[in-house]
Amino acid sequence: MTQINNSLVKLENVGVFVNDKWLVKGVTFEINKGQIVTLIGPNGSGKTTTAKITLGLYKDIEGKVLKFTEKVAYVPQKISIDWTLPIRVNDFMNLTNTLTNDEIKDALEITGTPHLINKDLKSLSGGEFQRILMARAIAKKPELLVLDEPVQGVDFNGEIALYELIKKISDTLNCGILLISHNLHVVMSKTDHVVCLNGHVCCSGTPIDVANNEKYQEIFGKDISKILSVYEHSHDHIHKIDGSIEKKK
Amino acid sequence: MLDDFFIRALLVGIGMALVTGPLGCFVVWRRLSFFGDTLAHSALLGVTLSYTTEINMALSVFVISSIVALILLKLQKTTNLPSDALLGLLAHSSLAIGLVVIGLLATIRFDLMGLLFGDILAVNVNDIILVWIGGAIILIVLKIIWKPLFASTVNFELAEAEGMKPEKYNAIFTILLAAIIAISIKMVGLLLITGMLILPAAMARNISDNPMQMVIFSIIGGLLSVLIGLFASLEINTPSGPSIITAGLLLFILSLSRIKKKTQLNN
Repeated sequence: MTQINNSLVKLENVGVFVNDKWLVKGVTFEINKGQIVTLIGPNGSGKTTTAKITLGLYKDIEGKVLKFTEKVAYVPQKISIDWTLPIRVNDFMNLTNTLTNDEIKDALEITGTPHLINKDLKSLSGGEFQRILMARAIAKKPELLVLDEPVQGVDFNGEIALYELIKKISDTLNCGILLISHNLHVVMSKTDHVVCLNGHVCCSGTPIDVANNEKYQEIFGKDISKILSVYEHSHDHIHKIDGSIEKKK
Repeated sequence: MLDDFFIRALLVGIGMALVTGPLGCFVVWRRLSFFGDTLAHSALLGVTLSYTTEINMALSVFVISSIVALILLKLQKTTNLPSDALLGLLAHSSLAIGLVVIGLLATIRFDLMGLLFGDILAVNVNDIILVWIGGAIILIVLKIIWKPLFASTVNFELAEAEGMKPEKYNAIFTILLAAIIAISIKMVGLLLITGMLILPAAMARNISDNPMQMVIFSIIGGLLSVLIGLFASLEINTPSGPSIITAGLLLFILSLSRIKKKTQLNN
């Protein structure tokens, strides 16, 4: 019974049919508190569509989405902001909720961007903006966090640090996370449940299950999937978000 | 004191500027300037309606403009046509229908020029009450919906994903626009109301770094335009509505010098 109480969102056999074609079809999974669910799949396999279905952005869908929380934060893959708007990072942080200055500072601190607080959103680089999007989502202290390719444009060290951060968020906030990523090798070791999409669910399960699944190997190639599945983090040092390196104690 | 036509005009102008300031910012942010025009054009139909049915002019304009606004929102969702084409379609057809109805009412004579350009110097006490009470309601509603409306202006999907119901607030905002057009049509006319919305906000954009600042500068710009325009109208006998808009343009030109300095600083 605790399982039911922990459930944040449940997709039952959902699909979207637009312009005479299925964007995605027959997707079933559930996200529980404290769980990271990762969507993987090639381009055009319906990952972003599935994320949007989960968020309730599609009005006309097949199947059922049961959402048990209103506290949702979203880091979209692409975001276009109209530059007729003068908007600073500080204003953007408060976009969908009201935060104290300390809460904003903390969130920016976590993503390594406190120095950007009074910058105009327009003046940020792609990677900086991505971190601000993350900071904004974290600051909301959501129960369900949907991250669509959250590290694009972030340099490699920052990328690893951001994934470490995602894991940390899920542990400390005990929120459910739906993660979409291309970087399977980093993602896999931190995920509880993987859903491999290709217009429909190819296979799903624990990272190891999926990595060993034939269908997954067909999509991503056997060699790659092997490398990915054995990747474990075993450095003797930590890459911090700002790119500096710290020895592990 | 209210016997003086000039004081009445000032009161109405100030009341209008307080409302067009913040609304105008959203019009600029959301790229709705042509939308404002469309609503204003459709107001002509509202005016003719009030002549035939003898209902209050502000009310009939408000109803017709709201209907046109909601039709537009509906068409945007159901057709593949771009917004500007839909706006053109609605603007010109409602203008045309308005003129056809005027033609049918050949027996009634009314002042078309006054309708197009307004006459703020001819307002009466009822108009002052209408502008201030109507304006207060618009501002209160805008204050209430500010957060979700602003979020959906920045990014629709983000707002929707995080439960801000952007569609609902967009609809409310367009109705607020219809309302400001309805209460101000007699003062600045349907051709100049968009100018009152856009010019102060555009001026404010040039000199602001954040949304709140832009709203405040936009209100100040609107107030200055009204004061300068009305005094010019009194001193050198220029038409009042166009004088207010011209004053707004002058302020905009002045604000351009501030942008130059800013870009130099950035370099």
